[in-house]
Formats: sequence, structure tokens, C-alpha cells
Amino acid sequence: MNIVVPINFVPDLVEEFSIADSGKDLDREWVSLMLNEFDDHAIEQAILLKERTDAEVTVMAPDVEGVDDALATASARGADRLIKLEDDFEAGASKHALARAYAAAIPALQPDLVLTGVQAHDDLDGTVGPLLAEYLGMPYVGYISGVEIGDGAALVRKEYPGGLIAEMEVMLPAVLGIQAADQPPRYVAFSKIRQAMQSAEITELEAEIPEDAGAAAVVRMYLPETGERAEMIEGDEEEVASRLVELFEQAGIL
Amino acid sequence: MTVLVTASTTQPPTLNDAVYSGLQLIENGERIRTCLQCGTCSGICPFGHLMDYPPGKMIAALRAGAFERVVNSDSVWMCVSCYACTQVCPAQIPLTPGLMTRAKEEMLLAGNVPEELQHALQFSQRYGNPLGESPRKRAAWTKGLDPPATILGKAKRPVDVLWFVGDYPSYHPRVQRTARALAKILAILDVDFGILGREEQSDADSQRLAGERGLFEMLAEKNGRAFAKYQFGEIITTDPHAYNALKNEYPALGISYPVRHYTQFLAERIDQLKPHLRREVKARITFHDPCYLGRANGVYDEPRALLEAIPGVTLVEMFHHRQTSLCCGGGGGGMWLDGFQWEKARSRISEWRVQEAIKVNADILAVACPYETPRFEDAVKTAANGAHLVVKDIAELLAESLDIEEE
Ligand code: SF4
Ligand code: SF4
Repeated sequence: MNIVVPINFVPDLVEEFSIADSGKDLDREWVSLMLNEFDDHAIEQAILLKERTDAEVTVMAPDVEGVDDALATASARGADRLIKLEDDFEAGASKHALARAYAAAIPALQPDLVLTGVQAHDDLDGTVGPLLAEYLGMPYVGYISGVEIGDGAALVRKEYPGGLIAEMEVMLPAVLGIQAADQPPRYVAFSKIRQAMQSAEITELEAEIPEDAGAAAVVRMYLPETGERAEMIEGDEEEVASRLVELFEQAGIL
Repeated sequence: MTVLVTASTTQPPTLNDAVYSGLQLIENGERIRTCLQCGTCSGICPFGHLMDYPPGKMIAALRAGAFERVVNSDSVWMCVSCYACTQVCPAQIPLTPGLMTRAKEEMLLAGNVPEELQHALQFSQRYGNPLGESPRKRAAWTKGLDPPATILGKAKRPVDVLWFVGDYPSYHPRVQRTARALAKILAILDVDFGILGREEQSDADSQRLAGERGLFEMLAEKNGRAFAKYQFGEIITTDPHAYNALKNEYPALGISYPVRHYTQFLAERIDQLKPHLRREVKARITFHDPCYLGRANGVYDEPRALLEAIPGVTLVEMFHHRQTSLCCGGGGGGMWLDGFQWEKARSRISEWRVQEAIKVNADILAVACPYETPRFEDAVKTAANGAHLVVKDIAELLAESLDIEEE
């Protein structure tokens, strides 16, 4: 059983963003990237399956800031193989382009299962999972919160809005969009990550970000603008709180 | 028979053996063999009644070769590393820094870590602070200070004092008030001080006591590299945990500087400070000894001397004070285990402590550790009889008494 987890990095929301001079992207100089939370769950799900079925887990990532640490952490958690795709991913790649780069590299690994995070907060042009499934010619099921491996198929739990859950059988090979692993991602002691940073072998693979991957083009990126009827309340906590009370009183709520 | 002996000597050591023999290698660690099983430690432990293995029982488990059972129980996460057990143990076994911390390390390696603690540890790893705030904003609290704070990376000049501000004073909105108050006092005393700003990382002492030794070393090394870049006479800290780390733990990593808690630094200048303390603070004040100032490091008198220097203050003691002080519940990872500990205990140590302050009719509960202001203020909110009780850091009380206008 071969499981491949192509992971994705997203801008860290802890930092404040500014818009690049082009007006079409974030100012990448001030962006710090971090592993997409849902991909963290995808890695965990893969490791849990490995522990239950002896699967071999390959984690694949684009070469961006922090990639080596993320791959070392995956290895400390139990990933068997680490692959880094080499091209200028730092400058930002659309999800179409990322999916195409993964799709070029994945077939050689002959996966039975490809696990991706179901979404990322920078999905401007769709999510990686379905695009990847299309390029690989595999079935896709998203919003998964539990996976079991059967005979040539996977039994998955798919979440629907309103608290509905469906159990589905998916023929393998398939791509799954993971919403949550069976268990929350485990904590790995930093000493183990440090060891992995020294010993983990990362395979570098030439990749290509396609020029025209078919993504929607960003025309303009801008901060939310204050609407005509909106009043932005400024000041310290006290001032904001008193103005809010005033407004609630005016509206007859208080 | 000989075959049996040979076979057993080639066995790798069990976890139990590794932990038991490892513990005997630390300072005074061999004393673990002299545990009398008197149970004093478990009795004094604030959460001992909720632990499957309080210190004495954990030693019994080690002796019986049953340490696996300790790792399979999550109740060691009730330990707030308060040093109460260590203080009273008649055999003087280093229970808090040795046994309990080692047990948490094993829990962590086994992946048996409550989720809320995981977050604080992951944040510390990624951002250098357990609150998950941007490292770039570490000096944001200094905005508007008059005179402005000297940030060493920008000033590029030697200073007398490097002030290690700490995580909560840098980021926590309530505790930033403590940092600003201390900045004001240092300015009035003409102390030539500088801060590291974004180069400062968590002191990581509480992460260490929560079992994350590797993370502690990584962050300590980063701080050590930052210290080495600048020239300064000594370090002062807002946080007793930072003081403890820099004084007792960093030297083993080759990071060794003279360091004091700010209460020690100010108490030494009390004659210089007193003439500035002109505004009366008419209040009954009781002082909560922080574990890492008091029991862990023996600093009891300086904070009290500072409080008594404020005109109008009547100092009263709570039932538990000095060596017997109660923990605020934030130590050893407790700061990041509130939900977990609440589920097990259905009450908080900070709430018990606030009741003690109310019992001695205190108007103000004075503290000297950044964990304590938010913890005790929260506890006051839930105390039906405590609405009048105010929680303030000593630095804030001193700043209030200074004869200058409030900002
Ligand atoms: S107080 Fe000391 S001697 Fe007594 S049981 Fe605890 S560890 Fe053993
Ligand atoms: S350090 Fe404090 S909380 Fe931990 S076992 Fe000892 S007395 Fe209990």
C-alpha cells in the first residue's frame, strides 16, 4: 500500500499582510509560510493508516521557506519518504499550477491513495485535491474525517453540512480531501524533530510550474473597503465599548 | 542458570530502569534511593489528591518496575511544578526539577500530551512565544513610552542593564501594563537599560518543566546567541521563570550572565526609589510569593521591602506565605492546561488563593510574576465575595506611587 501526501504551504495569518506594488498579490517579502492545517491532518491520517496497515507513506512538498523543517517533522512522525519539488514556488503558485506539478511527479510513485488537505485559506482558484484527481484520472472524495482501508477500496466518512455523515466506499487508487484525521495530529517532541532534521533524507525532484495552468487571473487584490452604511468605530477598548453601548441603546436593544 | 544471566545482561534497559537510573545522575538525584515513603509530598501537593502517581507513589512505582503505568496515566499533567513537595521532602529529593519533570518528558515522548498544551508548545517552536503572537511584534508594547525604550539591535551601544521582558509582559494586554510600569520606574531611576525586542525568545522554562527539554534548549540557544551580540552589565527579568532559567539552567548550556529578578534589582535601589514614592496607596496589601521567586530561589524579602516602601500600605500575610506559599496554578505547563486541570479538579488553585486574600481582608493582592495577574483577576471574577479585591503587580503599585502623572 502506497500513500502519497502532497502538502501545501499557506501564508501565516499571525503576520499582517500588505498588497504588492502590482496590486495583484500579497507582498511576498512580508509573508511567512506555514504548513496548511488540513494538510497536517492529511499527514496524520496517512501515518495512522501506516500504523494499521503497514502502508508506506511519502510526503511531497514544494520547495518553499520552512519546507525542510516540515518534512523533517513528517519524518519524525513516521513518514517513510520525503520529496521536495524544485522550482520557484516561493513566488507563489496557483492551485492549478501546484496540482499540475504534483500530478507530474506522483504517478512514478504508483500510489494507492493520495491524501490532501481538503482546503487551504489561500485557495483562490479552487482546491488542490479535485484538480489533482482530474489530472491523475482518479476518483475524488472531499471533506473526509475518517479512512479505513479495505480490499482494493477505502471506506471513508464524509461530512456534510448540518451534521450529516456519509460512509462511502471508494475504489483505489483515489484522491481524498482530508478535513480531519481520525485523531488530532500528534505532538512530536522537539528533540525528535531535531534528530530528524539531521538524519532525514529528502529527495529533490526537478519540477515545473506550468506557465498557463488554467487558473483564474487575479485582476486586483485589495483590503476590504468600508461600505457606505458602515461606521468603523475607532479608539481604545473603553471608547469602542461606550460607542457600542450607545449604538445598542439607539437601536433599542439595550 | 548461566544462560539466563547472559540473556538478561544483553537485554536493553527497560524504560523504568532508564528513568530510575537517569534520575540518580542529576544533582542530589541519588537521594531518590532514600525516599521513606512518608507521603508528605503527596499531602502538600495542591493537586496530589487528583494524581494517580503523586511523587512518593511515583517513586514506589519506579522501585516496583512499574513506571509504564505512570506514563499510561495522564494525571502527571496535574503537576504545576510548584516546588511544594521538594520543599518539605525530609529526604531532600529533587522532586520538582527531577522526578516530576522527567515524568512529563516521558509523557511527551510517548505523545501523551493534552491538546491545549500542544498548542502552546507548537507556538513556542514556531514563534518563540507560547501565545502564538508574531515575533515581529515583540516590542510593540513599548510604543508611546517616554523616554522610548532602547532596542539593542537598533541602538548598537553598550548598556548597563539588559531587561529580559518575557512573553506575557510583551504580548498579553493585561501584563503589558506591568511592563510599561516597570519601564517607567527604570526611567525615573535613570537606569541605562536596553531590550532585545524581536530578538528575544521565550525563556522556555515553563516549557522545560512541562517536559519539552529539546524545545527549551533550542530557545535558550537562540537567546544565548542574542545575548552574545551585545554588551551589557547584567540581566534583569520581569518574570521569575525567566530568572530561574537564566540563573539555574542556562549556564549548563554555556549561557552564563549575572541575572536578577526586577524586585531584587529595585530593592537594592530602594533608597534612591523612596523619595519618588510620594503618592499614597492607602490599602491593605497581601503578597503572593511566586513559586520561582520564593521556594525555587529563596527570594522572599525584596518584594515585601518594595511594598513597604510605598506610603500608606499596610502589608498583611495570607495563611500560606513565604515557603508555604500556594502556587497560582500556572507553573510547569499549568498556564496552558487550564481546561484539562479544570476537568479533573472542577476548581482552580488561583481561586483558592484568592479566597485566602479575601480572608485577610486585603484590598490588593500584589504579585511579582506575569502569569499571576491574569490568573488571579479571572479567579476574582468568579469569587462571589471578592468583587473589591484588586490584583496588581508590584511594579504597577510602585509606578502608581511615583510622583508623576499617569499616562
Ligand atoms: S516526601 Fe520525600 S521521602 Fe516522603 S514520600 Fe515524598 S519523596 Fe519520599
Ligand atoms: S511540584 Fe507541586 S504540583 Fe508538582 S508534584 Fe510537587 S507539590 Fe505537586
